[in-house]
Amino acid sequence: MQKNEAKKSNENFFMNLVRQQMFIPILAVLLLAVFNLIADPSFFKITLGYNSAGNPVLSGFLITILDSGSELAILAIGMTLVTAASGGQDISVGAAVAIAGSVILRVLCGGNSRPEKLAAPIIVAFLVSCIVAMLFGAFNGVLVAYFKIQPMIATLILYTAGRSIAAWINNNELPVISDEKFTYFGEFIPGIPIPTPFFIAVACIIIIFLVLKFTNLGLYTQAVGINESSSRLNGLNPAFIKVMSFVVLGLCVAVVGLIKVSRVSTINYSVIAKDIEMDAILAVALGGNALSGGKFNMAASIVGAYVIQFLTTTLYKFNVQSDALPAYKAVVVIVLVVISAPTVRDWFSNLTKKLKVKEVA
Amino acid sequence: MKDNAVLEMRNIHKSFPGVRALQGVDFTLRKGEVHALMGENGAGKSTLIKVLTGVYGKDEGEIFLDGVEGPVAIHSPQDAQNVGISTVYQEITLCPNLSVAENMFIGRTKGMGQNWKKMNADTEKILKSLDIPAIATQQLETCSIAVQQMIAIARAVDMDCKVLILDEPTSSLDEQEVVKLFKLMRDLRSRGVGIVFVTHFMDQVYEICDRITVMRDGQLVGEYAIKDLPRVKLVAKMLGKEMDDMADIKGDQKEYERKPGMVPVLEASNRVSDAGIKPFNFHIEKGEVNGFTGLLGSGRSECVRALFGADRVTGGTVKMNGKEVKITKPLDAMKNKMAYLPEDRKGDGIVGDLSVRENIILAQQVLRGFFKPFSKSEQYKIADEYIKLLSIKTASADTPIKSLSGGNQQKAILARWLFTHPEYLILDEPTRGIDVGTKVDIQKLVLKLASEGMSVTFISSELDEMLRTCSRLVVMRDRKVVGELSGDDLNQSKVMSTIAGGDKK
Repeated sequence: MQKNEAKKSNENFFMNLVRQQMFIPILAVLLLAVFNLIADPSFFKITLGYNSAGNPVLSGFLITILDSGSELAILAIGMTLVTAASGGQDISVGAAVAIAGSVILRVLCGGNSRPEKLAAPIIVAFLVSCIVAMLFGAFNGVLVAYFKIQPMIATLILYTAGRSIAAWINNNELPVISDEKFTYFGEFIPGIPIPTPFFIAVACIIIIFLVLKFTNLGLYTQAVGINESSSRLNGLNPAFIKVMSFVVLGLCVAVVGLIKVSRVSTINYSVIAKDIEMDAILAVALGGNALSGGKFNMAASIVGAYVIQFLTTTLYKFNVQSDALPAYKAVVVIVLVVISAPTVRDWFSNLTKKLKVKEVA
Repeated sequence: MKDNAVLEMRNIHKSFPGVRALQGVDFTLRKGEVHALMGENGAGKSTLIKVLTGVYGKDEGEIFLDGVEGPVAIHSPQDAQNVGISTVYQEITLCPNLSVAENMFIGRTKGMGQNWKKMNADTEKILKSLDIPAIATQQLETCSIAVQQMIAIARAVDMDCKVLILDEPTSSLDEQEVVKLFKLMRDLRSRGVGIVFVTHFMDQVYEICDRITVMRDGQLVGEYAIKDLPRVKLVAKMLGKEMDDMADIKGDQKEYERKPGMVPVLEASNRVSDAGIKPFNFHIEKGEVNGFTGLLGSGRSECVRALFGADRVTGGTVKMNGKEVKITKPLDAMKNKMAYLPEDRKGDGIVGDLSVRENIILAQQVLRGFFKPFSKSEQYKIADEYIKLLSIKTASADTPIKSLSGGNQQKAILARWLFTHPEYLILDEPTRGIDVGTKVDIQKLVLKLASEGMSVTFISSELDEMLRTCSRLVVMRDRKVVGELSGDDLNQSKVMSTIAGGDKK
């Protein structure tokens, strides 16, 4: 009897654990970590060295994950909100990052593609790109909220046109910034061996959690995503809230744009942030958030973003060609989507019920 | 099978979890008759039709068809079609971007090939024979709604149906279109098709039907020839009251008298929305409980929605406490201390995945503003207070509201609006589909709130409930206000004869 009860409470504990939204991303981290530990423990090696400027920098695969995963984490914040409110995803973030980056360079260069001195302070350039990116976000949002176009279709427009717009902003030239300070945002600040994007991501994460705590952003976006009609009868303006979620994503895009162009001090319109939208969407899904909108868990999305980067880096480590990466990620997507599909969940719950009945019998 | 019968359903039972939707219902349809199926919401009409068309399986009972030996088994809409039962729904289920002919033949052709010429020619023939003003090659969406409806019927008829079910076909048609549709129905009747006609429009029933079957609470009330059942009797049957024993269950509420020098809490004149109601006037005093009554589809919900700004308001003015206010969206109404508990609890009321706590604070939170969220501890305090006050049965304040029973969901939504401390509360069918105990709780609460000075408009399909709680009733028929009853006029027979209206018997 006692044994049975103990078993039951164990079972309950296990079931609760499985039901936690964080379960899937954390399980994924553990699996990847164990895999790397067995396959090649050197994956976890971190070395302290000096970069070309003579500054101390940490390097290693884990640092790469922290570095590149931070871009994804920032985008995942915005993508989570868009997903929750509109029940769809923005596939134009990569192209929008190109635009944001291009705007920064344009303002810094002021028309001269090889400036000796910056034409404007970096903060001004960044603010201008924030405004531009938020306007493009609002454009997507208006198409979705007021014209009721499916988010993926609406953002397909900017997905297609974005990189051309980015090139057009700089007259199709490739400006190069020679000011060393500009590299601080995407690489290292002298004397600090941890890559700056990580700090930027931490700042963004703190900001979003403060916003979620001290405003009704979370309640409103979830209510609109779950039941638009009911939200309206409770005095909300669903269309406006959807547009705002896209605008917030625009802000995230501008931050990532800064990091991206800062890394290389220049821009390659067709390559910058390529396919990053898929990783950002995947981060949201991996965090256990329904891609059909409604309730969301921001922390899970952010962990999801780092998990995606973990996966990517692991694949790189094992010399998977970058062209082949999407195929491997696709497998992950398929598994996730299938697991979270209602039919599969029903099937599982029926199965467990049947098993229980059998046990009793 | 009875003489002349084309369809017979015997002793049909159907249960859903917690609800016995059909209990031993019989239904007989004869050749060449138009048979109205009447009943208020939840009477079981649509369940019966869904059982007949194979959308639901039945728990018990048998269905017989003319010309078929023994009971027929209908497991899917396809089966129903194969045995000659066709349905045309209120919403047109054809493909608007295909041609008329394609719509007529979609899903009926065998094999991969298609003789387009023959298909178009056949369609022309059918259209002509039924006198439908359309061309075979015309794209469907370029036809008027009525013609689309007729094409849907033509498609059903052409599939050699013996039984044609028309589920609310006229609700989106204007008067002339209805005339055309009725002509088609008479034509089909003369060809021997049995037609089941489901509608909420009484005038139409008396215009076209030969026979009426009335249902209530999942049970058969009776089958009547149209001439034996005058309107008032029909209303009585639908609502479940016999005309004879209509002892007036007048409640203990007092007739409301305006105190001198007081202005109405709310006064609307010529209010109209895009939901298809005629402009109406309305007022309510402080501490008064009044109600809109009328059959389903008479426009009672649309009226209160127009007051609250839930539908798009297209005209009229609203005064709150004597001052004219602009209410075009729900937030305007909320800011003017109005609250509205909607009829469609699932679609318009609850935010299913959110917790009971979040559902309760939602409206007041929106009023407080984006930058002033209630803290978690405040939220729990509020939620626990209302959970206790209304005795909402929930595992915790964090339980998703969708996992509560209907009655408790409704109480939570009620809590949401009470927490906004409204001056004027609109309750649209607050007691629908909930258990008796909760119903009484809600009625008591309404009277208590009114005694504390709140004005309440109460809508219910159950006349008893309305008579018990309201001191004044606005009566609606066919989307118009047709009368206002108070004082001694507040009794069942008077209300029912006003609802029925236009009765010559």
